[in-house]
Amino acid sequence: MSVSLPALLSQLLLGLVNGSFYAMLSLGLAVIFGLLNVINFAHGALFMMGAVLTWMAMNYLGVNYWVMLLVAPVVVGAFGILIERLLLRWIYKLDHLYGLLLTLGLTLLIEGIFRSAYGVSGLAYDTPDALSGAFNLGFMILPKYRAWVVVASLVVCFVTWFLIEKTRIGAYLRAGTENPRLVEAFGVNVPLMITLTYGFGVALAAFAGVLAAPVIQVSPLMGQNLIIVVFAVVVIGGMGSIMGAILTGLGLGVIEGLTKVFYPEASSTVVFVIMVIVLLIRPAGLFGKEK
Amino acid sequence: MNKSFIGYGLLFAALLAAPFVGAYPVFMMKLMCFALFAAAFNLLLGYTGLLSFGHAAFLGGSAYMAGHAMKVWGVTPEIGLVLGTATGALLGWVFGVLAIRRQGIYFAMITLALAQMVFFIALQAPFTGGEDGLQAVPRGKLFGVLDLKDDLTMYYVALVIVAAAFLLIVRTIHSPFGQVLKGIKENEPRAVSLGYDVGRFKLLAFVISAALSGLAGSLKTLVLGFATLTDVHWSSSGSVILMTLLGGLGTLSGPLVGAAVVVALENKIGELGHLLASITRVEWFNTLGESVTIVTGLIFVVCVLAFRRGIMGEVIALLGRGGKRAEAAGGGH
Repeated sequence: MSVSLPALLSQLLLGLVNGSFYAMLSLGLAVIFGLLNVINFAHGALFMMGAVLTWMAMNYLGVNYWVMLLVAPVVVGAFGILIERLLLRWIYKLDHLYGLLLTLGLTLLIEGIFRSAYGVSGLAYDTPDALSGAFNLGFMILPKYRAWVVVASLVVCFVTWFLIEKTRIGAYLRAGTENPRLVEAFGVNVPLMITLTYGFGVALAAFAGVLAAPVIQVSPLMGQNLIIVVFAVVVIGGMGSIMGAILTGLGLGVIEGLTKVFYPEASSTVVFVIMVIVLLIRPAGLFGKEK
Repeated sequence: MNKSFIGYGLLFAALLAAPFVGAYPVFMMKLMCFALFAAAFNLLLGYTGLLSFGHAAFLGGSAYMAGHAMKVWGVTPEIGLVLGTATGALLGWVFGVLAIRRQGIYFAMITLALAQMVFFIALQAPFTGGEDGLQAVPRGKLFGVLDLKDDLTMYYVALVIVAAAFLLIVRTIHSPFGQVLKGIKENEPRAVSLGYDVGRFKLLAFVISAALSGLAGSLKTLVLGFATLTDVHWSSSGSVILMTLLGGLGTLSGPLVGAAVVVALENKIGELGHLLASITRVEWFNTLGESVTIVTGLIFVVCVLAFRRGIMGEVIALLGRGGKRAEAAGGGH
């Protein structure tokens, strides 16, 4: 089978774009799980909320993309804080499974509300002017927007990594993940930290949603298939390491992109197949620690 | 035990009489299929403590298998059901072998991801009919003699199958094997230290649950005459979780009640909405029929936060017949 170089490169780039979303979402899931012990099923729905809120602001209020890139994560983050304060905090002492079930219920609720307002068809969404068009690199055409998505996500991912691994706040967070009661005994306000962590993780999902809006079709259901793939990404990477989550996300996006070139029929299942292989060879995940 | 025996006897009698007091047989059969599905699921979550988020694959996969066998290969219904059940068991074995390698929350995520893989395969495979699904599956003649085209005949055959499967579940739970499962649920390290091969017990429970879900799926195809993508979609896994949770985790009767409530809700919510709209004059209620997910989402949230024992769990606690014991020991009613 012969594949032209530009086609290969453009699929590779598309893979990187998807990989950036996987990376940002699995990063948020890992941070939230580390501190809250909750697998946030609602992550996909909040990702969707970021995208749809941006669409609403652009269409009804005429707010531009750049403003929403900041506002949507803040709004969704605040919404996340509400969810944590009002609902999640009651279930920390229960089995982990209840966290999954509660956030599943929230997902159905949020998606249902947006669905009754907008149906399931896609909402039209324009690429911002400054980012439309493409660079001609000679050997391939590089659409500006896709390049922007990759760069912006990488920056956000690495800033998050830096915050968690290299700063004082991050040190508290890591300590809280290991032993929340001891950290609390040192005078750190752990419940506040938990609330803010959830808000931050969710804001990350919304940021990914705003970035994704011009590339993926915006619809109330855009998050639900993505979140399942991200779960597989998390199983493959293991939730032990921040850098692990980022690298696994990007890597799987690229593999998925390559599969689209060489064997398109398998492109929607390749991540799951890799999950199966990883489970057979290294059950704890690539970057995971056996607990 | 005696009282609940009488209870189930009454339920069985009521189901026998149902078609003659105006119940619509096809709806009742659909209900029974989902009740079996939920009871099979509860064997795993309620009695073994494993949350599978992939049961849609067993329901849907075997629905396709049974449908394909009866429609394309022209086999008799009982062979179709056996093939469907075997498909469920086989899928369950594959899922189980993989998912049991991880615990807790990862177990749920792995089963969800595997089921999504089955969904994509069903979407693309040539024999599933893609978006349209498998339509017009003939009911045929049971053992080549008993014509199932008649809804009433079909109803009693389905009732016998579901009742037998339910008895099998009850028997499993009360057997020594079931006791080991409860032991694993309560304290896995303890079960290991007592010398039980926990992995094998979990796997066997998973396969039994998947096989019975497969039976429910193939019976549903036989009754309704079609198998569609809805069955394999992850929302089916979500709805069986809801049925079990709402009815009462780890109670025998809970899944039956939960399934009845959820299926009735999904089918009748439009009418309920119109009723509410006419009473309260709030226009929005008229659109309730299209907003099933909002309602199911709400029920989920309320169940997890405030109603974890579920309907039957609360009833058992109210009756005071060892409500606490039932919760601690995983029930028995």
